[in-house]
Amino acid sequence: MPSSLTGNDLVCIRGERTVFEGLSFSIGESDAIVLRGANGSGKSTLLRLMAGLLHPYSGVVTWNKLDISQDIHTHGANIHYVGHQDAIKPLLTVAENLSFAASLKASEFNLRNALEAFSLINLTDLPVRLLSAGQRRRLALSRLIASQAPLWLLDEPTVSLDGGAVTMLLSAIAAHRAGGGMVVVAAHGPLNLPYASEFDVGAFAPTGSVDFEGAS
Amino acid sequence: MIRALIQILWRDLRLSLRQGSDVAVLVTFFVITVSLFPFAVGPEPVILERIAAGVIWVTALLATMLSLDRLFQSDFDDGSLDLLIMSSPPLELIVLAKVTAHWLIAGLPLIIAAPFLAVALRLPADGYLFLIAVMTIGTPTLSLVGAVGAALTLGARRSGVLISLLVLPLFIPVLIFGVAAIDAGISGLAVRPHLLILGAMLIAALPLAPWATATALRQSLT
Repeated sequence: MPSSLTGNDLVCIRGERTVFEGLSFSIGESDAIVLRGANGSGKSTLLRLMAGLLHPYSGVVTWNKLDISQDIHTHGANIHYVGHQDAIKPLLTVAENLSFAASLKASEFNLRNALEAFSLINLTDLPVRLLSAGQRRRLALSRLIASQAPLWLLDEPTVSLDGGAVTMLLSAIAAHRAGGGMVVVAAHGPLNLPYASEFDVGAFAPTGSVDFEGAS
Repeated sequence: MIRALIQILWRDLRLSLRQGSDVAVLVTFFVITVSLFPFAVGPEPVILERIAAGVIWVTALLATMLSLDRLFQSDFDDGSLDLLIMSSPPLELIVLAKVTAHWLIAGLPLIIAAPFLAVALRLPADGYLFLIAVMTIGTPTLSLVGAVGAALTLGARRSGVLISLLVLPLFIPVLIFGVAAIDAGISGLAVRPHLLILGAMLIAALPLAPWATATALRQSLT
């Protein structure tokens, strides 16, 4: 059965503030969606809703027609979420960080592929505290390759990446989609994803709301 | 799934051991605080003998407190908690793995250090075996109950202080029966009931605390 993630009439309230309302989306096999919107429009929130880390105030997110809030652990196996934070431990080496994250997801994983995809192979035994911000980001992204999950949720993945690393990311995404995988990316800058649809989260801001400049 | 849990346990141990200072600070705190008492109350063996068990237990509680805030905080700060929550084992078991790691790092060194401090406090010879037995049963309960506090205060400012307020009152039963068991042992009374009650507390905390902790962790995401 082809996988799909859909959201129906989602309303999200954080704190006292309605972030968005009436938001619906649908992602099918090999789809790529780029989330757009101003700061504070709810891109990260939407990604976390898709990951099941947050629950909508109303509305439902479904994976293959099943409500994901019913079973976050099963849903966790379907997705890879790379957030703003790299979720890596400075005291562990690159390989240790990667194999730990991969072992949480799947019983078998391929470290070498992951390290090669983001050219980390020369840094394998280095403690992460010695890496640069861009290298840490590459390590966080290499988790995507180490254990395959059908849906990738990427929150500003290109932050602190150099040109070469962005190319690595794009080719990883292309390979993932070629295998039927889905990708949702929240991004500000231009991102050269072929046949990706753009989704403006800002369009679902509550009507009559004021502009939240800089809020996130 | 078992493998993932072992990985979590092993990762936490490795992180603490590489940090090194964590365990050292904890044991040093324990040793120094206990050593303060002979200075404060005077070196008379009668007094020290009387307070030895209580002092060691209270200090063990405080040392455990000291180590609790890092149980989930660093995972929360760097986003690892998201990964843990989305991983395949149930969160309750992940919590259990992390608490086990915490006990190995923060509980076990205290049990090892306690008999040496008991010598300094002139604990009667009959008490040593009970001291070790009671701490072995009692400290896992402290780690389990403390984890609930650590999870509840996640993301709060000055969470260390807040954990103490939440958790120290809950440690009182362990303290009462822990000290009572040692005192009973020294004066030749039955120790078994105290040990059984401590064991019961551990058995009750074993499923309840991870469940409460996991709920609090899920709550911390929003």
